[in-house]
Amino acid sequence: MITKRIIPCLDVRDGRVVKGVNFEGIQDVSSPVELARYYSDNGADELVFYDITASAEGRKLFTDILTQVASEIFIPLSVGGGINTVDDFERVLSCGADKVSVNTGAIKNPALVTEAALKYGDQCVVLSADIKRVDGMFMVFAKGGRENTGMEAISWIRRCVANGAGEVVVNSIDTDGVKKGFDLEMLQAVCDAVDVPVIASGGAGCTEDFKILFREIPKVSAGLAASIFHFGEVAIPDLKNELAAESIPVRL
Amino acid sequence: MIGIIDYGLGNIFSLRSSIKAIGEEVTVTGDADEIRACDKLVLPGVGAFRDAANLLADTGLDAVIREEAARGKYILGICLGMQLLLDKSYEYGEWDGLGLIPGVIRPIKEALTEDLLIPQIGWNALTLYHNHPVFTDTRQGDYVYFVHSYYADAAPEHVIATTEYGAILTAAVAKDNVIGCQFHPEKSGPVGLKILKRFCDL
Repeated sequence: MITKRIIPCLDVRDGRVVKGVNFEGIQDVSSPVELARYYSDNGADELVFYDITASAEGRKLFTDILTQVASEIFIPLSVGGGINTVDDFERVLSCGADKVSVNTGAIKNPALVTEAALKYGDQCVVLSADIKRVDGMFMVFAKGGRENTGMEAISWIRRCVANGAGEVVVNSIDTDGVKKGFDLEMLQAVCDAVDVPVIASGGAGCTEDFKILFREIPKVSAGLAASIFHFGEVAIPDLKNELAAESIPVRL
Repeated sequence: MIGIIDYGLGNIFSLRSSIKAIGEEVTVTGDADEIRACDKLVLPGVGAFRDAANLLADTGLDAVIREEAARGKYILGICLGMQLLLDKSYEYGEWDGLGLIPGVIRPIKEALTEDLLIPQIGWNALTLYHNHPVFTDTRQGDYVYFVHSYYADAAPEHVIATTEYGAILTAAVAKDNVIGCQFHPEKSGPVGLKILKRFCDL
């Protein structure tokens, strides 16, 4: 039986892992290479790497670090941040990424999803959507959650999946960094809309939040979190043991 | 020297790093003579079967792989690379494979007995058969990483591992010196590295 994936997310700025609260107030955390190796050796099912420095110099630095990380870990690696063209896909894939996550790049140019899926396969293209409630509607935000695109989220996600996105990461801006649990209502709405794996992101504060996530929304494939793992508040092996005790399938 | 066959498809980066990590010398090459000089070969692949089969034919590497297999050289196909080892695929049409292991490639959707997401993406458990030497260090129920929408429909004597995903799906096949894994050993943590190591030690 396929297992639920637990995915630590590394936000990298200027060569260091950082973690923000509600996408603001970023704190320095650690060396991405050390952290990636730690997670790979300690039960993470996959790693996500976001390049949050989109400047040209940041990019060079990022590809160096990405190459270093990719050569030392032997679990799947998704990479995102500043992916605007098929050339950007090529760049990170050649540094060892297995999947590439698109967000603002797909909003600016929806054809990017189709082009990349045709070239690298659906399994390689991950749609990452930053979603926030505005007047009771789920809206897609761009530029790290700063800009309301005016697009309704569920129809946007449906469209990207039809165009070839093989997985969807749902980042709830409303619950991100708040540590009061995942955004179940938002996740259910996305799971009802698409037939590709959905990865829940934003809001994990404790082990119980993952239990609730997988129990309440069986269709969710994975739970993603950053700070609770980075700061050691939740250790992935402990988390997985607790999930297994609740009969939630995990890789131990 | 382990040779990763480079025919223009496949995420070779991780495969090369993982073979290096287990202490083996590795080269990535599309050159027929270099391929012939390698002790063992790995055939990677992601993407569409038709494109991969065409690339192998266009580069003439299909003939080189068949010759090396006939000489008894150990060959490991991974993911789409495994699917290419079989006779035929029904992925959007009907396409010929290398014919090194009897069997055909079919959509997972046709085999499913329950409503599950396609592709199967993630970690799933192995059930092992025939005590194949590549699985000497692998235990029943060990988890490996899969990403696929198609599976190998092969005779039980050639199936050395299966996994359960709404049906019993082939996870690995073998016939004599030709071996294939549907999962990605290079992405399957320590379990995967041990499988690669055992292949390199054959």
